[in-house]
Amino acid sequence: MAAQGPILEVRRLSKNFGGVRAVHEVSFTLRRGEFLGVIGPNGSGKTTLVNLITGFVKPSSGSVFFKGAEITGKAPYKIAGLGLARTFQMVRLFYNLPAYKNVIIPLCSPRVKRLRGGKYGEKDDAAIDILDDMGFERDSFVPYKPAGSLPHGYLKRLDLARALALRPELLILDELFSGMSMSEVASTLPIIERLNQEGLTIVMIEHRLKELFRVVDRVLVLNFGMKIAEGTPSEVMESDAVKSAYLGIEVDVEAQAG
Amino acid sequence: MTEPGSKFRKKRLDRGIKARADTIFAVASWREILYLLLPRALPAGFLLLLPLFLDGYWEKVLVYACMFGLLALSWDFLASCGLFSLGQSLFFGLGAYLAGGLNYYLHWPPVVTLPVATIGGGLICSALLSPVMRLRGVYFAMVTLMLPILFMKGIEATGLLGGTHGLSALSPLVHDKVSAYLAVLGFLVCLFAFRRVINSDYGLVLMAIRDDDRAVMSGGINIYWRKSQALFIAGSVGAFAGALMTHHYQFVGKSVFALDYSILPVAAVALGGQGSFAGAALGAMILVPLSEALRALGGLRIAIYCSILILSILTLPEGVFHYMERKYQQFETKVEVR
Repeated sequence: MAAQGPILEVRRLSKNFGGVRAVHEVSFTLRRGEFLGVIGPNGSGKTTLVNLITGFVKPSSGSVFFKGAEITGKAPYKIAGLGLARTFQMVRLFYNLPAYKNVIIPLCSPRVKRLRGGKYGEKDDAAIDILDDMGFERDSFVPYKPAGSLPHGYLKRLDLARALALRPELLILDELFSGMSMSEVASTLPIIERLNQEGLTIVMIEHRLKELFRVVDRVLVLNFGMKIAEGTPSEVMESDAVKSAYLGIEVDVEAQAG
Repeated sequence: MTEPGSKFRKKRLDRGIKARADTIFAVASWREILYLLLPRALPAGFLLLLPLFLDGYWEKVLVYACMFGLLALSWDFLASCGLFSLGQSLFFGLGAYLAGGLNYYLHWPPVVTLPVATIGGGLICSALLSPVMRLRGVYFAMVTLMLPILFMKGIEATGLLGGTHGLSALSPLVHDKVSAYLAVLGFLVCLFAFRRVINSDYGLVLMAIRDDDRAVMSGGINIYWRKSQALFIAGSVGAFAGALMTHHYQFVGKSVFALDYSILPVAAVALGGQGSFAGAALGAMILVPLSEALRALGGLRIAIYCSILILSILTLPEGVFHYMERKYQQFETKVEVR
């Protein structure tokens, strides 16, 4: 992939819910092929940041540029159609449908049709291919079972499969590992790493810092909706602001963020 | 041997042919072909033969039942993408007045007014309801409930389109048999087409919108465009019913926007069962003839009609059709609970 400017640029993005500053003046840029981790204590605005970028929540101020074009406040389906896919922290699946049917829905989108040269093609097979890649064995019953009957780890990977079906250029993972067992994380992490090595830009929001720090190039730390640190995993862990946010040591956060 | 006081539960097993595959039927014998074909062919054939044996009053009842069937199918289609309408009479009335107006003022023959009213009615419905597509559940229902009243009172107050007297002496459909067959054919085509559409990927997306619209949006699909398509389809079906009714009775009046046309289709779906279209169709085919048959009872008619409706919903909440389908598709055995 040729590096032609940042794939994502967030400029002074803010969101207030009433008097609550959920996200306050957050700015960052993302290069093509980069793997960015976003961490922060509970309620620090990580999921709101994802919702702002993907259009599910309209920002109070600030702007978002994707592939050089402004996408601030655009409808979620338009942003997804440009190639910015996401997973949900609380998986949003169609539980009474067979697992593979869940993946067919993004395959029905105009984006996939365009990328396939104006044809949708055989959607069932395409869905099974994607699921097989995510560890749903093609020859087992698993892809055909109703999504509601699958274990939680599978549901998270099904959500990932659905995001990948859109053939995204940027993938945002909102706490993909929450609720997964150690072995499920261990089997999913290599998939994510491989996707990044194949050139997919990934933003990963995570509470499991050990796993996150192993795979990401750069980390962004949020607290009370503000960016308090940014840098490589080791740089970030040395920052006083991060230590105070995670360990509760009294440090002037405003001054650190400034 | 069973111990005294032991409990039983029903165990259900799919009949062999259903379990073979979800999408592909490998039909092996005449027995299996008939097993699949009969439940579809028998009612369809019966309905197609019915107009030959019915005359006058009961023929009108058949047309009426098909009208309500179409409105119920249209309701079920909208409900399958999460839009709960209480304004089926909007679709019905728009079709009726479009056909009536074009025939009365421009003297267009029914051959032209029927298709124009069907397509035009669908377009107007989706245009009128597009601004409120973002509303869900009861909010959308409230708006659909208000719109027909708005039209009805508007026609009443302004005297447009014949005002309270309506438009009469419209062109008939050649012969009563023609309108009966148009009604039955329209009803059957709509039923089988909807059942096919909802099982396609297009229908899958519609049902996904009902279950979780945000997840569908994150899949890069414009849910508002899909919903307006669904509104157009449902609106067209309702408008076709209205247009046909107009020419059948050679009259259109403000009563086409009456609440009956909004509520009875919902009752038909509640009776027959939601989500399969066959339930909606069956419900209408039960309710309309039943209400006519009860006419002999005079004053108590509506009371008995309502009691039957309440009883059926209490005893078969899943709907008559789903109950029948379950009995047809599955074995039931009693198993002891240990």
